[in-house]
Amino acid sequence: MVSKRLSWFVYIPLTLYAVVTLIPFLWALSTSFKPLSEIVSEGMNFLPRQFTFQNYSSIFLQEPLFLRWLFNSVLIAVIVTICNLLLNSMAGYALARLQFRGKRFWFFLILAVLAVPGQVTLLPTFLILKNLGWLNSYQGMIVPCIINATFIFMMRQFFLNFPKELEEAAELDGLNRFETFWYIVLPLAKPALAAQAIFVFMGSWNNFSLPLVILFSPEMFTLPLGLNAFKGQYNIYWNYIMVASMVFTLPVLIIYLFFNRYFIQSAMFTGTKG
Amino acid sequence: MWLKRSRRNLEKNLTEDLTGYLFMFPSLLVLGTFVVLPILYAAFLSFQKVQLLGSIEYQFVGFNNFIRLIKDDRVWIALKNTAEYVAIVVPSQTILALLLAVSLNSDIKGKYWWRLIYFLPTITSSAVLTLIFMWIYNTDGLLNYFLALLHLPTYNWLDDPAVALKSIMIMNIWSTAPFFMVIYLAALQNIPQSLYEAAKIDGANNWQQFIYITLPLLKPVTFFVMTMGIIGTFQLFDQSYIFSGGSGGPNNATLTVVLLIYQYVFKDLQMGYAAALAFLLALVIISLTLIQRRLFGGEIG
Repeated sequence: MVSKRLSWFVYIPLTLYAVVTLIPFLWALSTSFKPLSEIVSEGMNFLPRQFTFQNYSSIFLQEPLFLRWLFNSVLIAVIVTICNLLLNSMAGYALARLQFRGKRFWFFLILAVLAVPGQVTLLPTFLILKNLGWLNSYQGMIVPCIINATFIFMMRQFFLNFPKELEEAAELDGLNRFETFWYIVLPLAKPALAAQAIFVFMGSWNNFSLPLVILFSPEMFTLPLGLNAFKGQYNIYWNYIMVASMVFTLPVLIIYLFFNRYFIQSAMFTGTKG
Repeated sequence: MWLKRSRRNLEKNLTEDLTGYLFMFPSLLVLGTFVVLPILYAAFLSFQKVQLLGSIEYQFVGFNNFIRLIKDDRVWIALKNTAEYVAIVVPSQTILALLLAVSLNSDIKGKYWWRLIYFLPTITSSAVLTLIFMWIYNTDGLLNYFLALLHLPTYNWLDDPAVALKSIMIMNIWSTAPFFMVIYLAALQNIPQSLYEAAKIDGANNWQQFIYITLPLLKPVTFFVMTMGIIGTFQLFDQSYIFSGGSGGPNNATLTVVLLIYQYVFKDLQMGYAAALAFLLALVIISLTLIQRRLFGGEIG
């Protein structure tokens, strides 16, 4: 039992830290509902004196491409996530369950790749995409990201602990390896897939450096780049930045609230692999 | 009889090989093209002078790029900034994460809600967080307003070279600690309760239990958290790019190694030199991880 004195020692710092965590978000949310005149005046009121949706409606006039950026981000993140789920699971399953020559080598290679920092590959990736003619294109944003060594590794660990009996039964029923994988294994891997989906989606949705390097015409921008574009050379449109930030964060927030359990699980997955 | 069986085995092996490679093929293709090939390509580039006039031209220059790194003032500034950043952010976020996890792991109400709130920064994009913080860091922004209210000194968080990097540090500690908190929390829940009960019988108080039971058992997790922290912080880019509009200013205060690599590639078009710098960074990260593994002793796989 925790004594009363101790519980105060715990609740007060926890509450303070919760406030520290929430304030930036609440401040941004509040700013997004204020007219520009109120934003630039010195008042530090969290409740807008003059509550307005105008920033939300005029962002589309100010920046006609805003919807397009939203579309680009969704399209890329969705395709990347679906591909990752399928391909990482297939590779992880093969590494865990199939017996084929060279398996140990490929597994070792995947582990080795995990140790190399991303900056080493960013420049050559740019040059390779340039050679393929894929700069400033959807495929340039998608194809390099459709697999992820970390999650191949995670799926392998998951399938290693997977009950063998089900697959054996499926084989007796005359299913081949692909059918077993598709109808038996994948549906039972849902928790691992959910964890993976969340992290891959977030990674793609929030990615800043790859689009910064390979996308250069504004209509191809994803939201993080578009957001940065509101921070112009001379004028910073804080009202639009805050609106765009809120619109940008909302989808991830909704996914987070629905799948909170899996978020925590997936953090633990990555946490215990070391 | 014997021949027949070995033939069947051979066929079975071949099908297994084929199935295995069919499952692996897409991953191997992408991994080969966008990870392994780029690494080899980067190694090649680091020994070349690269001209990008229409088509790419290479000229072998031996170790010149690496020698030039040593004489380049901006490389030293970027290394110093990055090292300072790592040295402050990694210990701070690790301690903060541990404190939060230990508090959440005690007998408190509403664990789910605390965790829900604390985890918010982890899911938010670095671009969004950086812009929100820049808004708060404004000279007459929210942070200075609070500081003035409490009669504390205010700063020019964005434009003062002595402060700008610290602004990014504060933001990053704030946004990364919750992720590591969750990892610590998982580890704490795996510590058997019986250990604490035994210690209580021996008369150990809460603090002693923390020092002699919790901390030693968390050592492998701490190794993991610090390693991930070092790898992450050494690669600082998004925040300093957005903060400084890509320049690394004010007065090179937010110039990090990765930002410098970016500048050499896309502003100065010095691909070979940038590749050499990227390898230097990889070397620093990998050796630090190895040194740390040594310091933490052999018990970690």
